[in-house]
Amino acid sequence: MKIAVNVHLKKGVLDPQGKAVLHALETLGFKDVKDVRVGKQIILEIDTQDKEKAIKEAEEMAKELLANPVIENYEIEVKE
Amino acid sequence: MKVGVVVFPGTNCDRDTKWAFEKLGADVDFIWHSEKELKNYDLVVLPGGFSYGDYLRSGAIARFSPIMEAVREYANKGGYVLGICNGFQILLESHLLPGGMTRNENLHFISKFHHLKVVDNNNKFLQNLNVGDIINIPIAHAEGNYKVDEETLKRMYDNGQVILKYCDKNGNELNPNGSIDSIAGICNETKNVFGLMPHPERAMESILGGEDGIKMLEGFFK
Repeated sequence: MKIAVNVHLKKGVLDPQGKAVLHALETLGFKDVKDVRVGKQIILEIDTQDKEKAIKEAEEMAKELLANPVIENYEIEVKE
Repeated sequence: MKVGVVVFPGTNCDRDTKWAFEKLGADVDFIWHSEKELKNYDLVVLPGGFSYGDYLRSGAIARFSPIMEAVREYANKGGYVLGICNGFQILLESHLLPGGMTRNENLHFISKFHHLKVVDNNNKFLQNLNVGDIINIPIAHAEGNYKVDEETLKRMYDNGQVILKYCDKNGNELNPNGSIDSIAGICNETKNVFGLMPHPERAMESILGGEDGIKMLEGFFK
């Protein structure tokens, strides 16, 4: 089962990478972009058919290692 | 004085750190990250560098090195631990210090001398300095933008855990990296675990730009 963990900086935490990309997009002429947040996606291939179990495991992984809960949020997404 | 300097794959300030403490008269060992025990050290230092290539987040993987379990135990028993730069990031990721580190606000790797103000000296590390003292120490990092929630920050101030802030040569606020309240260095609640982004081990000789690091590191010898 493929599970994606999407990690982003928390809302209140300034995302300098996002800001730099925003300025670059503006330079390209995309004037209507209001905000950009850059995160990362970690794709896990978990050897189980049990969706609930896989989500629960990914949840634990995210909390323990994949995200730093002090500064980051995460979402879990089942890919297939 | 016996000092242990932990070496992770990707650490690159280990030799400077060893040299700095030897210059002050300490007996210094390197401790490879796969070791599981710490000998009787008076101080354990996590030096700067790029442990595990900064993969995932700076310090995130080093936290799982076998030696970190021993460092945690040592710190919980009151042993003195100093994390410099990447060492500071490792201590944050290991939850031995509060808060977390993000990319510098301007996205640059910043490498230069920077002035720091002593905010609190009621601890072993900065006992040789006075509150308000301004020192000049090199910084060299891409992720020194310290973040912590307001509630924890307030507790840290109340407890004297915010110990160093970035400033200009006159002591006015000057923030190189976006760090909350211009914080450069902190300690834990029990004041035996210290973390700072600047490199005192690079400020030990006037011929190399300054020796303000001596007073800092000497604090551990008292």
